[in-house]
Amino acid sequence: MKVLVPVKRVLDYNVKPRVKADGTGVDLANVKMSMNPFDEIAVEEAIRLKDKGVTEIVVVSIGEQKSQETLRTALAMGADRAILVVSETKVEPLGVAKILAKIVEEEKPDLVILGKQAIDDDNNQTGQMLAGLLNWGQGTFASKVEIADGSVNVTREVDGGAETDTLKLPAIITTDLRLNEPRYASLPNIMKAKSKPMAQKTPADFGVDVTPRLTTLKVVEPAKRSAGIKVADVDALVGKLKEMGVAK
Amino acid sequence: MKTLVWVEHDGQAVKDATLSAVTAASQLGEVHLLVVGQGVDGVAAEAAKIAGVGKVHVADDAAFAHALAENVAPLIVELMGTHDAFVAPSTTHGKNIAPRVAALLDVMQISDILSVESEDTFTRPIYAGNAIATVQSTDAKKVITVRGTAFAKAATEGGSGEIEAVASTGDKGLSTFAGSEIAKNERPELTSAKIIVSGGRALASSDQFHAMIDPLADKLGAGVGASRAAVDAGYAPNDYQVGQTGKIVAPEVYVAVGISGAIQHLAGMKDSKVIIAINKDEDAPIFQVADIGLVGDLFKIVPELTAKL
Repeated sequence: MKVLVPVKRVLDYNVKPRVKADGTGVDLANVKMSMNPFDEIAVEEAIRLKDKGVTEIVVVSIGEQKSQETLRTALAMGADRAILVVSETKVEPLGVAKILAKIVEEEKPDLVILGKQAIDDDNNQTGQMLAGLLNWGQGTFASKVEIADGSVNVTREVDGGAETDTLKLPAIITTDLRLNEPRYASLPNIMKAKSKPMAQKTPADFGVDVTPRLTTLKVVEPAKRSAGIKVADVDALVGKLKEMGVAK
Repeated sequence: MKTLVWVEHDGQAVKDATLSAVTAASQLGEVHLLVVGQGVDGVAAEAAKIAGVGKVHVADDAAFAHALAENVAPLIVELMGTHDAFVAPSTTHGKNIAPRVAALLDVMQISDILSVESEDTFTRPIYAGNAIATVQSTDAKKVITVRGTAFAKAATEGGSGEIEAVASTGDKGLSTFAGSEIAKNERPELTSAKIIVSGGRALASSDQFHAMIDPLADKLGAGVGASRAAVDAGYAPNDYQVGQTGKIVAPEVYVAVGISGAIQHLAGMKDSKVIIAINKDEDAPIFQVADIGLVGDLFKIVPELTAKL
C-alpha cells in the first residue's frame, strides 16, 4: 500500500508574523520556516501506518527551491522518497490540488494524507479539492484512522464532537491536531535522509496552469487591542462583570 | 448576483451559523437557501422564515442524511448552474463541502471571509488572524465560506421564502456514515460560546485545572478552553485548546486564568470582545491584550470569584 503526503513550507508557528510596511504581505525574509504543523501530523500518520500494510511513503511539496528542506525533514521522519514541484511564485490550493491530482495519476497511491490547513493562508481547501478532482472519498479533520479491507474508517473532529465515516479506498484524509504527536527526526535519520531520492518537477511538467485566481490587493495588521485596566481585587472584578451584565 | 446559502442544521433546527452566512450573502445579492438532509421539512419551513430569503431549495434523501461531502457536492454543483455564488458558514460541514464544490466548478474558494467589500472583493484572516488580506476573485462564480463571528445574524422571522423540492443526485458510493459521538457536554461549544473560561499551565495539574476552572465556568454558563501549554502538560484534553493550532474563538467575554499569553494562544482568542486576565505575573503578555486584569494567585482569586458571582 502506497501513501502520498503533500507538505508545505511555512513560517514557523512560534514566530510572530509581521505584516510588511508596503501592505503586500507578511515578511518572510530571514525568519524561521518549518513544515506546516498539520503536515507533520500527516507524515507521522503515514509512518505509523507502516505497521498496518503501508509499504511506501512518497512526500511531495509544491513551492520554492527551499521546500527541499521541508521534504528532507519528512524523509528524516521516515518517508521513503520525495517529489519537489518547483514554483517560485505562490500556487493557490486549486492549483496545488490539480498538480497533486496529476501526481496521483502517476503514483497511484491508495491514500493521500494532507494537513487540514496550512497555518499561513489558513485556506483549509486542498484535501477536499483533490478529493473532488479525483472523485474520491474524503475524511477531513481526522482524529483517528483505521485501515480495513478495501476501506478506511476515519474519525473526524466535527462541531460538538466526533463523527466516523467509512471511505472506499483510494481516499483522501486531512489531519487534525489530535490524530497523533509527530516524532522528532533523530540525527542518524537526518543523515540517512540526505541520500533518499528527491525528484524535481515544475507545474508545466504536469500541464497545469497555476495562474492565481485571487489577487491579493493588500495585507494589513488587524485592529490592535490596547491594554485595558487592572483591578485591585476580586470585588472590583465582580463589579466590572456586573456592569457588563455577565454577572448578576 | 444570485447566491445559494448552505443551511447548517442538526436535522431539527437551523443553526445560528446559517444566519451570519445569510447576512454575508445578502451583501452580494439575492439570497436562496439550500436545505439538505433527510426528513428536513421542519428545517425548511424554519429556514423560509429567515428575513430576506427568496427560494429555499430542499433536497430530502437518505443519501443526504449526514451531509457527506461526496454526495452533497454534486447536488450543489448542479444548482450552481443557476446561481452565481455558493456561500457556506465556516462550520465543519461548510469547510468540508465548499472546497469540493469549488474544485468541481474550477473555482478558487475564498475561505472564512470577514467582510464583503464588493461583489468580487472580500477580506479574510491569514496567519491565524495576525494579518487581514483583501482579496479579489477573478472567477466568474464564487465559492465562499463565512466566519460567523464577523457578520450579524439575520432575523429568524419576517421572511417568506418559497420552498422548492430538488431532485436527489443520489448516493455516490464513496463514503458511508458509521456513527457519531456528539459530546454530551452541558457546557456551550467553544466556537459558539458567549463566555469562555480558559486555563493555562499555572493550574499545575489536571485535578486543579478542573477544580478551579469548571466551577467558575459553570457559574458563568461558559465554555471551557485551555492554552496549548496546559494541553501539552496533560491538564486539559486536546479539544479544549484555544490558539493558532487549536480553536479560534471570539466570545463576548474571554477569561484567561493562569495563561501567560503566548503568541500562538493570543492568535486564537484576541478577537474576543472583552478579555479578562488573571495571572500572578504582572508582566505577562496576556495583560497587553486584556481589557480587565487582576494580578494575583489564581488559587485564591478563582474560588473567591466563583463564590461571589
